[in-house]
Amino acid sequence: MTNAVSFTAVSRHFGSVRAVDDVDLEIGEGEFFAMLGPSGSGKTTCLRLIAGFEQPTSGQIRIFGEAVEGIPPYRRNVNTVFQDYALFPHLRIIDNVAYGLMVRGVGRAERHRLAEEALALVELPGYGDRRTGQLSGGQRQRVALARALVNKPRVLLLDEPLGALDQKLREQMQEELKSLQKALGITFVFVTHDQGEALSMADRIAVFNQGRIMQVGSPEDIYRRPNSRFVADFVGASNVLPPDFTGTGKWSSLRPEAIRLTSSGGKPARVAWHSFLGGQTRVVLDSQGQRLNMLLPSTEPAPQDGATVRIRWNDQDIHLMDDDR
Amino acid sequence: MTVQAAIVSPKRVGPAGELSDSLWRNPRFLLLLLLTPPLLWLGVIYLGSLFALLAQSFFSIDEFSGLINREPTLKTYRELFVPANLDILIRTVSMAAMVTIAAAAVAFPVAYFAARYATGRWKAVFYLGIMLPLWSSYLVKVYAWKLILAKEGILNWLVGKLHLTWLLDAYLQAPLIGGNSLSVSYTGTFLVFLYVWLPFMILPVQASLERVPASLIEASGDLGAAPGQTLRHVLLPLALPGIVAGSIFTFSLTLGDYIIPQIIGSSRLFIGQAVYAHQGTAGNIPLAAAFTVVPVLIMGIYLYAAKRLGAFDAL
Repeated sequence: MTNAVSFTAVSRHFGSVRAVDDVDLEIGEGEFFAMLGPSGSGKTTCLRLIAGFEQPTSGQIRIFGEAVEGIPPYRRNVNTVFQDYALFPHLRIIDNVAYGLMVRGVGRAERHRLAEEALALVELPGYGDRRTGQLSGGQRQRVALARALVNKPRVLLLDEPLGALDQKLREQMQEELKSLQKALGITFVFVTHDQGEALSMADRIAVFNQGRIMQVGSPEDIYRRPNSRFVADFVGASNVLPPDFTGTGKWSSLRPEAIRLTSSGGKPARVAWHSFLGGQTRVVLDSQGQRLNMLLPSTEPAPQDGATVRIRWNDQDIHLMDDDR
Repeated sequence: MTVQAAIVSPKRVGPAGELSDSLWRNPRFLLLLLLTPPLLWLGVIYLGSLFALLAQSFFSIDEFSGLINREPTLKTYRELFVPANLDILIRTVSMAAMVTIAAAAVAFPVAYFAARYATGRWKAVFYLGIMLPLWSSYLVKVYAWKLILAKEGILNWLVGKLHLTWLLDAYLQAPLIGGNSLSVSYTGTFLVFLYVWLPFMILPVQASLERVPASLIEASGDLGAAPGQTLRHVLLPLALPGIVAGSIFTFSLTLGDYIIPQIIGSSRLFIGQAVYAHQGTAGNIPLAAAFTVVPVLIMGIYLYAAKRLGAFDAL
């Protein structure tokens, strides 16, 4: 089976800045693929390389097996949902959604029918006559989605599409995007800096740092078995432990929820401070000069700041990392 | 222990302090103070003289005595439609339309470059390049163009050097647009109008293109629109308010100008020259006023049509 998108040694340099640096990547057909990383890590540039807004400095990009070097965006059968939605302010919603069909020469009645269908798909039926200014952020996001999907792209690119939404709407949209992707079977490539979003939605995640991919794997892999200090630290505030703390000779990671309080045995630690997070309490500990984060269910009483407690964890929760970046 | 600041600091000394406080308490009074002078200027002096002019156009002149008859009548307006005067109107309006269309066509690429690609130093060069011609006197520029376009001028010399004199001569043979030389042809008038009003088109178009987010252009391409389609369906509609604003300048400035066609061009009259002649030597103020009403009316219709076409929807 050919991959939906494949990168072979792709680099994109802007002057002396290596925005994307020698990246190899395979995205399978029908996959929900997330590109995760801090801002400036090269994830958005990778997305723009697929869309065709940027051309690689070196290396090769294939979309469904076809080399796309020198192919302009308007000849690529991929569509993008932009971070700022990029809806056309001078067009009605229906004409925004029908835009891709219009420029391909689909007749007015037909394209409006298809656009209305796409609007129904994103649960905005009958919104066609409105102007973009009359919609809320969440509704604009859905219009942007409908406008891309109406073209039946082989790959849908989403650039931080939930970034501008509030928490509640975001969770709802995460669910909807996921089920939409399942129903349509289109390959989704999703750029985000939010690890929670990537973990909950993606089939596979690529973690980016400084233009390079640090690790590619399933959410479970990335979360439980990070290969580097960067991934462990970036994906979910893990405790990154130096070699001499565990006596294993390698850097390792330990999930905050894997640490437990115990009455006897274990390691002594001092409570630096704690904060209430709702369902859980985050306790920051100091154990032999090593700072440790622990998550305690709120049902358990939180220890006092400054108190000395004993903590333990199972040895299998210590995950050794080969890469010490 | 630190000294604590008083909750309420004392009044500023002097009448200015008193004034600041009372103006702060009466924002409406401040607004009135700020608006009265400009409103007086606009309302009384500007609009007042405009209405006085409008009123004059409904008077008529007595052909025998040359005195103005203050009976309201449409006689003067009828006079606008005698062939000689109608020619002047058609000539001026067509020239203004041609200048406006050409200015928009020339201004768009320049404005697009400035809005999309020019940054830092290049933007400064752009503004300087656009504004610099506005710093020198209009008359100097027009006379400079007369020299450039004259038979003995630099343009003819250059054309001769390029062995293209035959082409220029053939062009000048053409009816209407031709003449003895470029400086006494409609083409010359057109070129100079285009040159002097171009900055007034470039600047608003550039401002409107600057407000178009780059992502809209990318989105259009992403959805399958070739660059020409993006221009037609996204860039032009969004730049339209700027183009309309610019065309108001180029169109109305050309309609009213009486110096350029006098210095460069065939000696046939434009509206401005007709107004000048009728209110001066001829002493026919009513006809001069009626001539003046024409551009006002045309601009009114133009703006209304632009609004109906949705030119201001994206504002």
